[in-house]
Amino acid sequence: MKKIAAAVGACLLTLVAGCGTSSGGSSTTSGGVFTAPDVPQKKSLGAKEGALNILAWPGYAEDGSNDPKTNWVTPFEKQTGCTTTVKYFGTSDEAVTLMKTGEYDVVSASGDASLRLVASGDVAPVNTGLISSWADIRPFLKDRPWNSVKGQMYGIPQGWGANLLMWRTDTVKPAPTDWGAVFAKNSPYAGKITAYDAPIYIADAALYLMQTKPALGIKNPYALDQKQLAAAVALLKVQRPQVSEYWNDYLKEVSAFTSGDTVLGTTWQLITGLLQADKVPVKAIFPKGGSTGWSDTWMVSAKSKHSNCAYAWMDYITSAKVNAESAYYFGEAPANVKACDLVPDKTFCDTFHAADKAFADQIWYWTTPIQQCLDGRKNVQCTDYGDWTQAWTEIKG
Amino acid sequence: MLWLGVAYLGALAALFLTAFWGQNSFTGEVERVWNVDNFRTLVTVDVYRTITLRTLGIAALVTVLDAVIAFPVALYMAKVASPRAQRLLVIAVLMPLWASYLVKAYAWRSMLGHGGLVSWLARPFGLDTPGYGLAGLIIVLAYLWLPYMILPVYAGLERLPDSLLEASADLGARNVSTLARVVLPMAMPAVVAGSIFTFSLSMGDYIAVKIVGGANQMLGNVVYDNVGAANNLPLAAAVATVPVVVMLGYLAAARRTGALEQL
Repeated sequence: MKKIAAAVGACLLTLVAGCGTSSGGSSTTSGGVFTAPDVPQKKSLGAKEGALNILAWPGYAEDGSNDPKTNWVTPFEKQTGCTTTVKYFGTSDEAVTLMKTGEYDVVSASGDASLRLVASGDVAPVNTGLISSWADIRPFLKDRPWNSVKGQMYGIPQGWGANLLMWRTDTVKPAPTDWGAVFAKNSPYAGKITAYDAPIYIADAALYLMQTKPALGIKNPYALDQKQLAAAVALLKVQRPQVSEYWNDYLKEVSAFTSGDTVLGTTWQLITGLLQADKVPVKAIFPKGGSTGWSDTWMVSAKSKHSNCAYAWMDYITSAKVNAESAYYFGEAPANVKACDLVPDKTFCDTFHAADKAFADQIWYWTTPIQQCLDGRKNVQCTDYGDWTQAWTEIKG
Repeated sequence: MLWLGVAYLGALAALFLTAFWGQNSFTGEVERVWNVDNFRTLVTVDVYRTITLRTLGIAALVTVLDAVIAFPVALYMAKVASPRAQRLLVIAVLMPLWASYLVKAYAWRSMLGHGGLVSWLARPFGLDTPGYGLAGLIIVLAYLWLPYMILPVYAGLERLPDSLLEASADLGARNVSTLARVVLPMAMPAVVAGSIFTFSLSMGDYIAVKIVGGANQMLGNVVYDNVGAANNLPLAAAVATVPVVVMLGYLAAARRTGALEQL
């Protein structure tokens, strides 16, 4: 983790083009952070249990209720006989909490949830030999610090993408190009700005400071010492009075942009797609200077009572055809190499740089901040997620 | 009684005990080590005091607003309207309670939004919608809890004998002074009884503030975020004891006015 972080940091700072130097198998460095509890992995597949409870980001496990044409849960049920229920969550923290109940069999975890789930023993290691689509997953997504510990995979990658900057084209002129638009003092759009409602959003402010205030010495937005966290918090407190609403329910952001109560802020491609489908004049970009983002992994609960159905789901959802459909619907780069040939829009994978490891390395994937600085600093203690949560409450005031 | 003791007081006791535990910040597991760190955080970190005061302020304003609106309505229902109209009015007051809380809150969200009903109505007067924020939140909460204020006040006023009003008039008091010196003092316990509902319901609310409160947070949101997002159950429990303590104080004060007999 440190190696990648340092490499990406160096790339962004010096703006060197060839960022693809860090090796994929860097889990050894994260091994010192914690030891994963001893949870047995599945040895072989048995009879399907006939039921499955999925915990997913909105858009990952569509059952046709949003759009009858977008449905990959029903075909799965027909194919496997696993009656499926889907629960959506709005933040990684919510996912971690819900997984602790033990009621869900599989979860689509982002990097800021996955390691916490591994550390608390809530998810089991995944036997990739039982997943037929494993061979088609992009090599640069395998054995990454957010989905594996010491070379043991804890899930099957789903896809990755970046948090985007979105605005209403009819009110926000000229078009913004970087995150300065949402962090500026006395913005002309004060009172109509939105931001993601989770402590992890502090990393967005840190990323902006990394570029605009090099004196702070931020090398990784997820590795902030007390002083750097205070600077990020101060920036967010400048932003706070200009924020109309924080969002973590994607439908709430859709309604706020539709009515014009919000005209500028962070978004996911999924939300932009929904708005554009409704003819709301919005545009979203990957801002200059990079962005935070996610790299999601399907993980299986350690307490799952339907582990055979869970494996069937992980295999199904990451298979080329379904991965293509879900990634296309959600608006992210699919993890399955073959998915790119199956999406309806042939330019899709280029738009999302699906095969572009260098681009993927420019995104600062959500990672749980911990006391050991992720950027490799040994002389200071970094702030951990508990500090961030506390800081987030203070920012909102 | 046993049920109340076990299910209700037991849960409160468990809540209070949990507040003295800690949490592993990385895995989110509760660590059962006795300490008062959570309460120290509550007292020493400014933001919790701000949120507590804001919540109290919102609850107080909602209560006052409801009392001011409810009193004339209840007075009309109890003393002026014909028996038939009285029944219709009671049904009318109860009617909003048939609709879901969420439906009403989201209806207000679209009404308060830009280009919504409120801004359309306010435009001829040169005003605009308050938008999503504290003002909008207080309006919505006052709307949501209004029936809980009207009904106790109506019941209280109905028990007020007409003969007292006639006596007051016979002694030469005008309507206004009858209202101020006879009706209001006698209706006061009923108003306090109603205020227990509006105040406690506003104190505990966290959904309306998410829908129409803009970026503001109340105590309920801190509890919700600590349970749902941060998974810091001990801190959530500590925060949750704040409204409990406030309400105990409020009930003790209400008891002195004799309001509890009005419920």
